[in-house]
Amino acid sequence: MDLLPLIVAVPLLAGFVLPLVPKRAERLADGLALLTAAVLAALSIVALRMPDCIYAIGGWNPPIGINFVLDGASKLMLLVVCVITFVITLYSPAYMVRFTGKRKFYALFFLMVAGMNGVVLTGDMFNLFVFIEIASIASYALVGFGCQKEELEASFRYLVLGSVASSMILLGIALLYAKMGTVNMAHLSDKIAAAGGLGGAGPTTPEGKASALLIFATVLFICGLGLKAALVPFHAWLPDAHPSAPTPISAMLSGLLIKTVGVYALARVLFSVIGITPVVSNVLMILGALSMVVGVFVAIGQWDFKRLLAYHSISQMGYIVLAIGLATPLGVVAGLFHLVNHAIFKPLLFLTAGSVEYRTGTRQLDQMGGLNKKMPVTGTTSFIASMSIAGVPPFNGFFSKLLIIIACFQAGRYGFAIAAVVVSILTLASFTKVQKYAFFGPLKQKWGRITEVPATMAAAMALLAVLCLASSALMLKGPREFLLGNAQRSLTERQEYVERVLGNKHAGGDESLKSF
Amino acid sequence: MKKLATEERDGMSTIVRTVTRWVSAFIILYGLYIVAYGHLTPGGGFPGGVIMAGGFVLLMLAFGKKRLTALLPVARASALDCLGALGFWLLAVAGLVFGGGVFFRNFLPHGLRLRLWSAGIIPLCNVAIALKVTASLVLMLVALSVLRVKAGGTDEDFVSDIEEE
Repeated sequence: MDLLPLIVAVPLLAGFVLPLVPKRAERLADGLALLTAAVLAALSIVALRMPDCIYAIGGWNPPIGINFVLDGASKLMLLVVCVITFVITLYSPAYMVRFTGKRKFYALFFLMVAGMNGVVLTGDMFNLFVFIEIASIASYALVGFGCQKEELEASFRYLVLGSVASSMILLGIALLYAKMGTVNMAHLSDKIAAAGGLGGAGPTTPEGKASALLIFATVLFICGLGLKAALVPFHAWLPDAHPSAPTPISAMLSGLLIKTVGVYALARVLFSVIGITPVVSNVLMILGALSMVVGVFVAIGQWDFKRLLAYHSISQMGYIVLAIGLATPLGVVAGLFHLVNHAIFKPLLFLTAGSVEYRTGTRQLDQMGGLNKKMPVTGTTSFIASMSIAGVPPFNGFFSKLLIIIACFQAGRYGFAIAAVVVSILTLASFTKVQKYAFFGPLKQKWGRITEVPATMAAAMALLAVLCLASSALMLKGPREFLLGNAQRSLTERQEYVERVLGNKHAGGDESLKSF
Repeated sequence: MKKLATEERDGMSTIVRTVTRWVSAFIILYGLYIVAYGHLTPGGGFPGGVIMAGGFVLLMLAFGKKRLTALLPVARASALDCLGALGFWLLAVAGLVFGGGVFFRNFLPHGLRLRLWSAGIIPLCNVAIALKVTASLVLMLVALSVLRVKAGGTDEDFVSDIEEE
């Protein structure tokens, strides 16, 4: 029995079973949610140790059927998604008591996780779209979960913009299908390469060059997936949507969703399917640099804790896209490294902001002050996360930013390297402000009676803080090669991806059934 | 039937009610047909489910929301919705268990072509999908119609016709 489909099936099961739990048995719902998340984390670690393979669903071999692809990049993303999901699930039960309908919250939560895992694993363009929609639609509902006026407004704006993005992605897929006659990623990649790719070197057919349509489809993918990733010209929904959601969801959205349905899907489509060219690479770098700079400048002026973090998400996504856009081996490794790091420290920052809100009821930084004295765990973990995002050694953010800057220099992109340094300094300034106003300084009179958050919430934050330090180890050669190196190769080596899927080594395909 | 029709004031006229009473049963029956023959003729779980939901919506329009929620309480519709999805999930995982470890494998005997009892798990999938689609669409329309806000009102003036459970 192959475990790969279970990574998508287990959260789906949780999504369907949890709403059936009786309303009075909320403890049972908490337990089931934690159990599901723990199983998922274990599965992702098992997947990490499996050899690279593909899985033909229903026994239909590619290019006809839908297939899952397990390679370096999907293993890395699965690990990140499932482990961070587990930690956030640990935080949720205590935090979510303030909301009604906890079971529905968990159901939507796990549907979103199923969508993300599906996006990471799938090797089929249309299936990719379906999973993007599963994750996105669950997230629209979760953003408006509190049902207050601002939350519903943010949710609606997110819904409208997200649907525009989805339509673009679908149109891009439809155009590719119309021209190439397949939606299997590897098969599509093979055919696009045969047609000359984006460069337009292929033969001219009576309908014109394949490249014109391909360029249009590429633009649609960059806009659509760029909107899901909240890159700067397409970022307007994020600063409303992420702070409005309940805190565990803010952490999930900023930490995981924009990376899986945004950056990972974009990288997969551009690197593995369409094939990256200097022009696309430049577009990605410019979008990345723009997000990086604009995000941080707007973030500095914010006084709402969660809104400030949301703008920093845009800025940090810029780093990731800039590095991946370099399309050099070191660039992609650096980008993936920063992706992993951001998936650790950004949820932690959101969780600490949520903890502060949980006890004080405010998100305004100027209302807080001296909270370190009353909430030591929240204060310490928040400090660690702030130093990580600002790129202070020995925390993980320092190493990934260093790698990004080195990669920029190596590629001769000095301007982008300098921008990355400047943005990092501004990020430090912004988080110094957060620490000063929220956690240091004199304790305000009105916060005299608050206490530390419940133990499970504190444990989740402590776990992420440990990960902030531990993931620095990815800088060492061994772990870096194992996790990031393999992931980078599976993204940039396009031919290998095609051969892996269209070759004969199928798990679950007809070959294996002969022995059955 | 008669008692309910005279009691309620939020539905439509007697003519509409009488016609609906007859027609809705046929609509739901036709939906069931589309679901059951989904693997043989154009149709399937989704279109059949939409047609069945249409029958229920017609009832709601003609007789009012109370009549519909008496027939299909929100909590029960919500449970059916989950059970439909769960059924589909079970069929997929059954392939993993009984179909030689292949997710979604059509592990049941395929039968004779063009017979009602054929095509393995596909008719069962259609039934599960139909359950899910019918319940979801009915719930969606109920959800769209239960919350009202008076003209010029604020958030606090929301009126909900139905308690959740």
